[in-house]
Amino acid sequence: MSSQDIPEENLPAEQDAHGAVGVADDKNPFADPGLPPHEHRVQDIDERAARRSERTVAMLFTVSMLATVGFIASYVGIPHDKSIFVFPIGHINALNFALGLTLGLALFAIGAGAVHWARTLMSDEEVADERHPIEAPPEVRAKVHADFKQGAKESALGRRKLIRNTMFGALALFPLSGVMLLRDLGPLPGTKLRHTMWRKGLQLVNMNTNEPLRPSDVAVGSLTFAKPEGLEEHDEEFQTEIAKAALMIVRIQPDNIKDKRELEWSYEGIVAYSKICTHVGCPISLYEQQTHHVLCPCHQSTFDLSDGARVIFGPAGHALPQLRIGVNDQGYLEALGDFDEPVGPAFWERG
Amino acid sequence: MKKLSARRRHPLAALVVLLLALACTGGLYAVFAPADKAKADETAQSLAIDEGKKLYAVGCASCHGTGGQGSSDGPSLVGVGAAAVDFQVGTGRMPAQQPGAQIPRKKVIYTQAEIDQLAAYISSLGAGPSVPTEAQYGPDGADIAKGGELFRDNCTQCHNFTGKGGALTHGKFAPSLEGVSPKHIYEAMQTGPQNMPSFPDTTLSEQNKKDIIAYLNAVNGDDTVSPGGLELGGLGPVSEGLFAWIFGLGALIAVAVWVAARTAKAKKS
Amino acid sequence: MSTNESSESRARGKAPAGERVADWADGRLGIYSLAKSNMRKIFPDHWSFMLGEVCLYSFIIIILTGVYLTLFFHPSMNEVEYHGSYVPLQGQLMSEAFNSTMHISFDVRGGLLIRQIHHWAALIFLAGMFVHMMRVFFTGAFRKPREVNWLFGFLLFVLGMFTGFTGYSLPDDLLSGTGVRFMEGAILSVPVVGTYLSFFLFGGEFPGGDFVARFYSIHVLLLPGIMLGLLVAHLILVFYHKHTQFAGPGKTNNNVVGMPLLPVYMAKAGGFFFLVFGVIAAIAAIASINPIWSMGPYRPDQVSTGAQPDWYMGFSEGLIRVMPGWEINFWGHTLVLGVFIPLVIFPLVLVAIAVYPFIESWVTGDKREHHILDRPRNAPTRTAFGVAWITWYMVLLIGGGNDLWATHFHLSINAITWFVRVAFFVAPVLAFVATKRICLGLQRRDKDKVLHGRESGIIKRLPHGEFIEVHEPLSQEQLHTLTAHEQYAPAAIGATVDENGVERKVKGAEKLRAKLSEAYYGEESQIPKPTVEEYKEITSGHGHH
Repeated sequence: MSSQDIPEENLPAEQDAHGAVGVADDKNPFADPGLPPHEHRVQDIDERAARRSERTVAMLFTVSMLATVGFIASYVGIPHDKSIFVFPIGHINALNFALGLTLGLALFAIGAGAVHWARTLMSDEEVADERHPIEAPPEVRAKVHADFKQGAKESALGRRKLIRNTMFGALALFPLSGVMLLRDLGPLPGTKLRHTMWRKGLQLVNMNTNEPLRPSDVAVGSLTFAKPEGLEEHDEEFQTEIAKAALMIVRIQPDNIKDKRELEWSYEGIVAYSKICTHVGCPISLYEQQTHHVLCPCHQSTFDLSDGARVIFGPAGHALPQLRIGVNDQGYLEALGDFDEPVGPAFWERG
Repeated sequence: MKKLSARRRHPLAALVVLLLALACTGGLYAVFAPADKAKADETAQSLAIDEGKKLYAVGCASCHGTGGQGSSDGPSLVGVGAAAVDFQVGTGRMPAQQPGAQIPRKKVIYTQAEIDQLAAYISSLGAGPSVPTEAQYGPDGADIAKGGELFRDNCTQCHNFTGKGGALTHGKFAPSLEGVSPKHIYEAMQTGPQNMPSFPDTTLSEQNKKDIIAYLNAVNGDDTVSPGGLELGGLGPVSEGLFAWIFGLGALIAVAVWVAARTAKAKKS
Repeated sequence: MSTNESSESRARGKAPAGERVADWADGRLGIYSLAKSNMRKIFPDHWSFMLGEVCLYSFIIIILTGVYLTLFFHPSMNEVEYHGSYVPLQGQLMSEAFNSTMHISFDVRGGLLIRQIHHWAALIFLAGMFVHMMRVFFTGAFRKPREVNWLFGFLLFVLGMFTGFTGYSLPDDLLSGTGVRFMEGAILSVPVVGTYLSFFLFGGEFPGGDFVARFYSIHVLLLPGIMLGLLVAHLILVFYHKHTQFAGPGKTNNNVVGMPLLPVYMAKAGGFFFLVFGVIAAIAAIASINPIWSMGPYRPDQVSTGAQPDWYMGFSEGLIRVMPGWEINFWGHTLVLGVFIPLVIFPLVLVAIAVYPFIESWVTGDKREHHILDRPRNAPTRTAFGVAWITWYMVLLIGGGNDLWATHFHLSINAITWFVRVAFFVAPVLAFVATKRICLGLQRRDKDKVLHGRESGIIKRLPHGEFIEVHEPLSQEQLHTLTAHEQYAPAAIGATVDENGVERKVKGAEKLRAKLSEAYYGEESQIPKPTVEEYKEITSGHGHH
């Protein structure tokens, strides 16, 4: 990494030191002519212009005060649920609009006043300030190094190795307690990701009507979402369970089902697939009934529901899991078991 | 696999599909259709069918076949029902102008009377869902919040959370629902036009559909209030980000230029 | 004005109250020594130097509004039924987090405004940091002694992204929940420990009942706390290093030319805070952001199309969308490359720009301080690299919004995805080559201008009928400004044989540096700036046109 070996002449010439050349000379037409002379603004030489600026600034500050009064008046006077029609924007909440505009105006006017004041009335003479090197001069550097060495020596850290090593050991170990404390952030995964609520005999309940589904309810070309019987929206575990158990049910002409297992696991062409994308878990359900493709709205993984839901496009790595279904004694669709593979995104232990 | 795939595209396959759909939807139609409608004036009905047949022969037969049996250019219309006709023709999708990934909404070229005649003719070919009545899609008795939940369950994945539409594969898209009449939305749910799946009454009840329409009207109607101000297309963070860059940062840079600029000098050099 | 008066009247006892307070403070805090070097500190004027202020002020605005929001927000995932004033959600089940956000938006007067200011300011904060960072990059302001401050700024940008993401997730609406689900999927893809990390983060299976509360403390305490510390350090270093400036008459590497902090910069910078706040408040009045009532409460089985993160996370969304679905199964384990590779590239995209200053300083071997900014054209390789990086970033943003591109430009989403897959590799290269050529062209133009003068637009007909355009010679100021930049010579590998004739082994790193240096500063990569001799020869002899 060292650059000591770069020959000096390869580095560009140092910039001119401060105290620029001042005038163009014959030797160097590109020399720095130095700061241009200060020119006056109108306000510097014309008191009337300066007065005008003063009035403008004062007016801006006054506008700000009025706007704040307007803000308070709006807050007090406008009901919070009143809507108004503002031409290019549309129907909006009157209070939000009034508060925002008055607040914006109050603030903007303060800023505009201050900046106008600075630009027109404060001195605009450019001043040059010297820079000093950031790095310390050599004697300071030498002093600091010497001090440090002295301090290190006095601590005897280098000599008494036992102290040093045990101290490092202690310092390295104690953060482990902190790490341990994080353990109870959550339970261990176990096999939780491998199972869903589905089991043999659970009826498929229509999400829309909350009624169990009959095969005759599901028409070819239709799309239905289902949850396991017994899972209600009020349940404590609803969110976590539906995140795995959500089903997407379509009916495909048995002749059109290309995958043999899919046909076997279907009921008269009614197939039930996990609604949870195998990519990163979005609920995937953009079903194109003519192509039997289903698309994920998040990352566009596309699956072919007529062919074992294999991936035909996008970032998903494997097919959607299919739920094996049948019909129970009462003529309702039921699950014939849990999914035989984990639903949702893949993970290390999935295998 | 190839055999199956080939058979899937067989013209008769569509017929089988439709017959099955007919079995489901037609049967239900018979159950739910108001009794007095069935006793409609026979003569007026047959007159409408005749008129519809004439219109059909001119505008539709070239693709859908002279008897609605379908051809390589268009699906069979036997059993699609009046609702499908009313939707397809009433939103200008039919007659289609050019082949493409999807047939878009266009200017409607038939009058409602003509559409009704066409619908009457098509439904005479085979029973299918009928055109819904005001009572079915009107706002009376609708639960907006329930409709919202149903909308998020069944519709947002394609049509976006306030029905602004979205992309499907290979150039297909779920159209925006803005400005679509409640009747057409009802018909779309019922019949599943083009690649949209259908949501028959057996899985999405009449009341459900009514709720959804009421919700849509509440969040995407003409008088919908967008409390925060400009909706920015209702598309979510992408348009918000664009707005923040162009108008937010843009305005601030314009202000910064003013703050940093030199004030005009008394005399120009 | 009043401070001038106070400095005039020095006599104790009679001193005005303000002065006595200052004396009191000085006796305890030593403020006069601090003020001595800083009160009249010089700041150069240039609009692009105010981009950092945009970030600083929007950060302050975010903190102010954020504190207000915490007064009403309940970071809890307990389920409640909504009974607020927004009709289309009444009776719906939702988490308390969502419910309280609805309450802020509809039932707290001004709550919606503050929420919108908070969110708009966050988007502008990140956009401001991005542009500020690019300004620093393209002008070479990151060079010694400012490398550390570059890193501080970079860290602020990265932390800002995550603070934004955790904030976006708090309302627990359908959109943000989808984003969190994506995050969970991404964590699951980490080999060996992914499942455990996910369970620890979410307190069990997704979504569980913990993540809002956890994200809340990260969003309001942990990340902003670190950011505040970094921000103060960043500002102290800006003060300490003094601001950079563009080359110009009277401006050298050893001075800084501009206006004093008191009063001009105080008024301008202080005023600018109000301007920024005013603009953001006005935007919050007229444009809606994150309308969670439209999206509805989160449920893991629901989703809306157009599910995107806020813009600053868009490039990661692009990465994940265009990645092919690779997945390897072996010995009972799954390596989810389709998710894990984007997860690894995501920080690398950012690191690529962050480490650039160190690469450049290694190539140049330049150990001097630099306070004069480069014009981007005068550092063609750096500029080309920066543009290539931005192009890369933009390509990923296109990928992240591929569905909206598809619907709004009537394209196939599959075609866009394929375009991004190819452009991910090709577009930066094309951008690099094109930018470098443009820079060289601009350098040539500058050279022409110095040697032949400015094109005046006046066409003159010479006696023999030839038409020429009159060129006006440049003023000395302009001549100086256009020739003030430095040009490096490519570093050659030093002598391989020492004075005793012993062959020295050339290390690989040295060879690499020589190659890079050649690429940076070789004949292909810069136009030698006009020399005094060239200038004299042209101006003295044959007149000029």
